[in-house]
Amino acid sequence: MTAAVAITPSVESLQNTARTLRRHALRMIAEAKSGHPGGSLSSAEIVTALYFGGILRHDPANPEDPDRDRFILSKGHGVPILYAALAESGYFPVEELMTLRQVDSRLQGHPVLGTVPGIEASTGSLGQGLSIGIGHAVAGRLDGKQFHTFVVLGDGECQEGQVWEAAMAAPNFELDTLTAIVDSNRYQLDGAVEDIMSLAPIVDKFAAFGWNVLEIDGHDMGAVVAALSQARAHRGQPTCIIAHTVKGKGVTFMENDNEFHGKAPNKDQLEVALSQLAPVT
Amino acid sequence: MRATFIKALAEIAERDERVMLLTADLGYTVLEEFAGRFPSRFFNVGVAEQNMLGVATGLAESGFIPFVYSIATFATLRPYEFIRNGPILHQLPVRIVGVGGGFEYGTAGPTHHAVEDVGVLRLQPGITVIAPADYNQARTALETTWELDGPVYYRLGKDEQRLVPGLDGAFSLGRAQLVRDGDALLIVVMGSVAPEAVAAAEELSVDGIECAVLVVASVSPVPEEDLIEQLSRFRTVLTVEAHFVTGGVGSLVAEVAADNGLGCRVVRNGVKVPLGAPGGSEAYLLDHHGLSRGKLREAARLAVLQTASI
Ligand SMILES: Cc1ncc(C[n+]2csc(CCOP(=O)(O)OP(=O)(O)O)c2C)c(N)n1
Ligand SMILES: [Mg+2]
Repeated sequence: MTAAVAITPSVESLQNTARTLRRHALRMIAEAKSGHPGGSLSSAEIVTALYFGGILRHDPANPEDPDRDRFILSKGHGVPILYAALAESGYFPVEELMTLRQVDSRLQGHPVLGTVPGIEASTGSLGQGLSIGIGHAVAGRLDGKQFHTFVVLGDGECQEGQVWEAAMAAPNFELDTLTAIVDSNRYQLDGAVEDIMSLAPIVDKFAAFGWNVLEIDGHDMGAVVAALSQARAHRGQPTCIIAHTVKGKGVTFMENDNEFHGKAPNKDQLEVALSQLAPVT
Repeated sequence: MRATFIKALAEIAERDERVMLLTADLGYTVLEEFAGRFPSRFFNVGVAEQNMLGVATGLAESGFIPFVYSIATFATLRPYEFIRNGPILHQLPVRIVGVGGGFEYGTAGPTHHAVEDVGVLRLQPGITVIAPADYNQARTALETTWELDGPVYYRLGKDEQRLVPGLDGAFSLGRAQLVRDGDALLIVVMGSVAPEAVAAAEELSVDGIECAVLVVASVSPVPEEDLIEQLSRFRTVLTVEAHFVTGGVGSLVAEVAADNGLGCRVVRNGVKVPLGAPGGSEAYLLDHHGLSRGKLREAARLAVLQTASI
């Protein structure tokens, strides 16, 4: 493992990084005129904590390192925030971000394995990432590796039966090198999760399946970092972090307005959004 | 196509209380009217396509006519075995509506490209497979097939503006529609890429090359007689589809030609390489796979030249 042990930046600096990632994501989506702002913004703290908060052990200069931690964005439509994190980490040039969804771009609308370094699974058809994560975690154990696998799911995504097949398997395999994070932003494509197909009580469900469950405010950077390190340290069972988030977080007119689930901001909206996401000094 | 289709479905639902509509979290901006008018006959099962198919199977066994609606990949591939063991095996009136056939979700990437949906369903005897070429034909197709006994797959596009010249919304189960005649070459086309094929034929006409264009929307049942009649007139046939060349209309035409000992050469235009790279818009991907009007025009021109030199 070549990556140096990261010195964890302050919460304030991580919050600024999250703002940077949010600005990137919105610029990319606006430029592409398509994409999913809502679910990109709600994952910003989770992704920031993983990549910049000293959680994920990875080396952008050596993306194939067999000892690297794995990160899988199972809710693949949120990929702009992941591309932003990968670019800011140095996996590819930040300028390339603006090629999202463009002709011949490596940055496709949903993550495609083998396009840009740092993408660990092709997702976009919801419900498949946790199973793939289990595969990585089992492989790591068989190979005697120490790496940890993190999978981010959407709450709507958790309606897929496959998620619960995986949820059943991970504790049975005693995979304590696997962490699932549910970006629980309370909305899916057609509206509120609660109205369409409630997941409640989701904490009890994962617990009943044998997971160590943590519940946090998914925008409280300190809490996100703490929960992720706790998950990593927990032994004997996988951890599921239920991160309570706000869809569209950080942009007043996007917050909880599900119109921005899958609609790009226009030029004026982008300007307003960027001003609301300016770095705080 | 999808808006027209759902509007027509609402009219049918008004007349027949057995008609139901299910979606797996893909109703936004498309299904509201139906859901509002028939709240007790509309179900959003959440992001759960397999459950949707299972529920529809039970409803159909109980006398309802459930339509299930999602993006074409998620409506067909995810619940494929459910479709096979329920509606097909037991000949139940489940209607699978897949939106965005081919590359209509272009920039979303390969997980959203439906280029084998027709193939995997067509190979099962016992399911009607319909791929309309434009929204008018989609409406006619629905109006003439919604009450069939067995299952139906409707592969829809998103366009509500482009019409295939000469088609006039015609659809008939087990029939194909000749929308343009000519003697140089026959183009057989499936799905919402049809306007590109007709445009290619029109551009060739300017150069004095007259191509016939046959639209195959009734994929299963196969329009056997129409195909035999048209294939017999030509030495070369060009098939066009936003689908893998194996399994779709290219295969279908080759099967009919072989089964009936017809002497024509079949030049299949469609997707021939694995999905993945490159990415881009629908227009870009169609062109990349040789399915834009320009690429089709040149493929047709080449086929005509080769035919002349045989
Ligand atoms: C198998 C599958 N079915 C349907 C879709 C279409 N789709 C894309 S996003 C989405 C809603 C997801 O909601 P959630 O997981 O809560 O994501 P978030 O709110 O974080 O955007 C749906 C249904 C898909 N991508 N994959
Ligand atoms: Mg959600």
